[in-house]
Parts: sequence; structure tokens; C-alpha cells
Amino acid sequence: MTDSAATSTESDLVEYLLRLGDDRLVLGHRLSEWCGHAPILEEDIALANIALDLIGQATLYLHLAGETEGKGRSEDALAYFRETVEFTNVQLAELPIGDFAFTIVRQFLFDAFNFHQLEELQKGANTELGGIAAKGYKEVRYHLRHSSEWVQRLGDGTEESRARAQKAVDDLWRFTGEMFQPDEIDDRLVASGIAPDLRKIEPKWNTMVSDVLRRATLTVPESGYMMSGGRQGRHTEYLGHMLSEMQIVARSHPGAEW
Amino acid sequence: MLAESQWPLWEVFTQGAQGAPHEHAGSLHAADAEMALQNARDVYARRGGVVSIWVVPSVAITASPSAEAGPFFDPGADKIYRHPQFYKVPRGLKGF
Repeated sequence: MTDSAATSTESDLVEYLLRLGDDRLVLGHRLSEWCGHAPILEEDIALANIALDLIGQATLYLHLAGETEGKGRSEDALAYFRETVEFTNVQLAELPIGDFAFTIVRQFLFDAFNFHQLEELQKGANTELGGIAAKGYKEVRYHLRHSSEWVQRLGDGTEESRARAQKAVDDLWRFTGEMFQPDEIDDRLVASGIAPDLRKIEPKWNTMVSDVLRRATLTVPESGYMMSGGRQGRHTEYLGHMLSEMQIVARSHPGAEW
Repeated sequence: MLAESQWPLWEVFTQGAQGAPHEHAGSLHAADAEMALQNARDVYARRGGVVSIWVVPSVAITASPSAEAGPFFDPGADKIYRHPQFYKVPRGLKGF
């Protein structure tokens, strides 16, 4: 019999792992919606590949979350049988895919965060978590190359591509602050050396993003009000609809095996 | 014309291991070399087994004309004096 997460560090860790998993599961699902619909064949494959990478990463984090929690919840149980309010992803991840420019800019903004987060996380005190992060780090370097190259081509492209890319940047900017808003769980995990400090990651993210946007001849919006609440289960109206699609098969046939 | 609405065509060559020859894997459309490399990785190297990729604009490749393959490649197999198969290697030189 496994013991339930008895200590507060363990329950913090479970929460943190759910956040890591949910960001990637939700974003991976959104990317998968492009499959069969991308503007060109090569991007159809690329976006599907990136979606699979993210869902693969999510599987590992959610599996570890379930194990640490000790209540017998597998990664599938966590992915398919939690309600909208129990999901802890940032709102940036759940926004609908929009047009290609929106997807690429959103992906870039997340990839830049993912890159710096995993770069630090793989050096954390929890070696199991560090191993998962190291695996993801290899993938995210590729994701970042893909999205940042596309941002530059869309921004420094035709009039239409630049207009769409700039609109995407302007619409997405208010969702970027949430990635760097620590709460007490983050602070406790930083103190115990497990999680990277979001306050230290934010300036690195800013430098990377400003640099790429500048090279893409796009303007960085003024930072104003930032949306938040995703980590606490407060989501946009989009997540519920997305989850109903994502979870319908599992919920229609609970316990079914392939 | 269809050609003008497509990005340029690139030929992709992949290498399976250090030192092995690059082999033709297929082709794809891309706007520039960096995108061609990215797309080649996604389309042809996704499942591993590739350590190096070359992408070459298809226009840079000159191919032998298929219609004249006969005369172009005539091996002259009936000219045995051009091939050294009839020469027997002396026993002492085996492995030379």
C-alpha cells in the first residue's frame, strides 16, 4: 500500500506537477487541432509532432503527480476525469488556436517560458523531476527554434502576415504575465530547491521575446493588466468546451482498454 | 501557374550514421534554407535514425537525361579488355 502524500512538501509537489502537466496537456491538445487543417503539409506534420512532444511530457508529469499523491490516480485519470476547475494550466495554453499567426505567436511565447523553466528545473533538488525536465529540454529547444523562426518570417514577411502576427502579439500579451506569477506553493518549492524561481526566469524570457519580436519587426506591447487565475482553477470560457471534446471518449467508456 | 503559388522545391538527403553516405529521402517545399531544414527534420527524421540532413534547392541539381540512359550508361560489358576480371590474383597476394 502506498502512503498518501503526508507532508506538505509532497502535496505542494503534487500541485506543482499538475501545473507542469496541465500546461503541456492543454497546449498539446490545442496544437493537435491543427492536424489535417494546417496551411501546408510540412507544418501539419510539424505542429502534430510538437503536440505529441508536449502531450508526452504531460504524461510524465501527470504520472509522477499521481504517484506522489498516492491515491491511485493514473495520468489518464488525471487527464480525462478532472473537471475544468481542477485544471491548473495557465490561460495562455487554453486559448483557441485562431489563425496560423496566433498559434505560432502563442507557441513562441510559451516555448520561451518552457525553455527557461526546464533549463532550471533539470538542475533542481528532485532528481526524478529533473530527469523528466531534461528530456523535455531537448524537445523544447527544437520547438523554440521552430516557433521563433516562424515568428520572424511572419513578422518580417508580407503586409498580411505582419498584420496578423502583430494582432496575435497584441491579443496574447495580457496572458503572458500569468506564467511568472508565483504563489506560496512556488515560494515553498523554490525554498526547498525543487522549483526554479519564476521571478528569475521572467527577465530572461523578456530578453528572448523582445529580441525575436524586434527581429520580426513587430512591436512589443506595453505591459498592462495581466490575466490570471489559471493556476487556481479559474479559466476562460474556452477550457470547458475544449475538455468536453478531449474527455468525451474516456468518459463515455470509463475503464475501457485498447 | 501552379509553380508560382508554391514555395521552391528542395531535395532532402539524410545520413544514417557518422561517415555513411547521405541518401536521398524525398523532397519538400519551403521558403528558405532554414525552413527547409526544419521541415526536413519533421518530415523525414521524425522517427530517428538520422544524424545529418542536407537540403538542396532542386534547381541546383543537374540530372542525367533519362531518355538517353542507354547510350549514357552503356557499360561496354562486351569489351572484356576494359575490365580486369580475367586476371587471377596469385595465391601469395590474397588479401592484398
